[in-house]
Amino acid sequence: MRMVNANEIYEKVKELIEYVNFNVRDDVLLEWKRKRNEEENINAKIVLDILIENSQIAKEKKIPICQDCGMVLIFIEKGEDVCIEGPIMDYLNKAVREVYLNNYLRPSVVKDPIIRENTFDNTPPIVHWDYIPGDNLKISVMIKGFGSENASMVKMLLPTTSEEEIINIVVEHVKNYGPNACPPLIIGVGLGGTMEKAVYLSKKAIMRPLFKRNDKEHLRRLEEEILRRVNDLNIGPGGFGGKLTALDVFVESFPTHIAGLPLAVTLQCSAVRWGEIVI
Amino acid sequence: MRKIYLPLKDEVIEDLKVGEWVRLYGECYSARDAAHKRIVESLMRGEKLPFQLEGSVIYYMGPSPTPPGRIIGACGPTTSMRMDPYVPILLEKGVKGFIGKGKRGEEVRTAIRKYKGIYFATVGGAGAYFSERIKRFQLVGYEDLGPEAIYLLELYDFPVMVAIDSSGRDYYLEK
Repeated sequence: MRMVNANEIYEKVKELIEYVNFNVRDDVLLEWKRKRNEEENINAKIVLDILIENSQIAKEKKIPICQDCGMVLIFIEKGEDVCIEGPIMDYLNKAVREVYLNNYLRPSVVKDPIIRENTFDNTPPIVHWDYIPGDNLKISVMIKGFGSENASMVKMLLPTTSEEEIINIVVEHVKNYGPNACPPLIIGVGLGGTMEKAVYLSKKAIMRPLFKRNDKEHLRRLEEEILRRVNDLNIGPGGFGGKLTALDVFVESFPTHIAGLPLAVTLQCSAVRWGEIVI
Repeated sequence: MRKIYLPLKDEVIEDLKVGEWVRLYGECYSARDAAHKRIVESLMRGEKLPFQLEGSVIYYMGPSPTPPGRIIGACGPTTSMRMDPYVPILLEKGVKGFIGKGKRGEEVRTAIRKYKGIYFATVGGAGAYFSERIKRFQLVGYEDLGPEAIYLLELYDFPVMVAIDSSGRDYYLEK
């Protein structure tokens, strides 16, 4: 059994949370630049130029990429042969608190959804645990703004729903909510499991590197078809028109019940603040 | 892009047509969800507001905290649609225009046409970029709301698109 001290995890998670608030994901930035040169729509060019300049200013002057410094999501894949020593949840809370207070990041979390008093330190984060074979800890951090979170959805479909109907539902959703979610988007689709499992899968999906297709042929087909149709909608960067509505679409699936077909769609905004570390 | 100065004059508003990008210069006020709720509750009770609605432009924005040596933190637009229900009453009380991001509902188009207002949309997710385009930033009211308080902002070379013009034409419906 490998022993890892919670304090060590805290130090590394703290660094990661800070880094992703000021740095756009490399593959995303590269793709914006590539598409900027291919794009013919003048509005799309204006928006992509602003997003590219924004990423430079954020990095060089250490100003958050987006004023919505989001709610912090932490995904931990814990090897079954690892033992964590110490109060890890306290440490994760502490990491969020210190990063947000020390780096002038906007506190956007309220203590209660009804009373709505700000916690002023952006705690608590949302933490998900998975158990995997081995003795490593893989920790991913996602900063989720609520412009795009509010534009996400979960829907319980009939088990007899066809591939074509699934594609139509996702495309129709992007058509209605995409312009408000700060495109260019990354679209995560979760299929199967239970309601909350589908949502979880749709969140995990947006962490996949750009252009890495699902191994399963039928899911790859869904990804490619949804991407093609979404980019034909003329939503475009910022919602002002153009071809680049989504950088990519990723579908993840899980076994489900004979009576159901849960579908979740997470829209990830252009400010893709994500990173992972392995301890 | 044309330069447009705030506060907006009626003839300038009527000259701005849907789909045009302009650069804004001058003063506006920030207000988002909680501030809107409080403004309208105050109006219902006949109380005085911490700023003058008449002639103003409202920017849907809640900034990140100001780092030392800077005027303001990240300060891009938030989703406008959440503020839709408040638009008719604000226009009736003299507000001229709004800056935000994304689509609006029918009630907004109707009220903008009726009161000859305007809706500017700009780019979400570019908070650092807009931070470089603010000359002045000052707390005006509702301090307890933190990032949702009302601030006076002086915009400088601030790019926006006319998303709904004073005739009620909507870029998102026409493109």
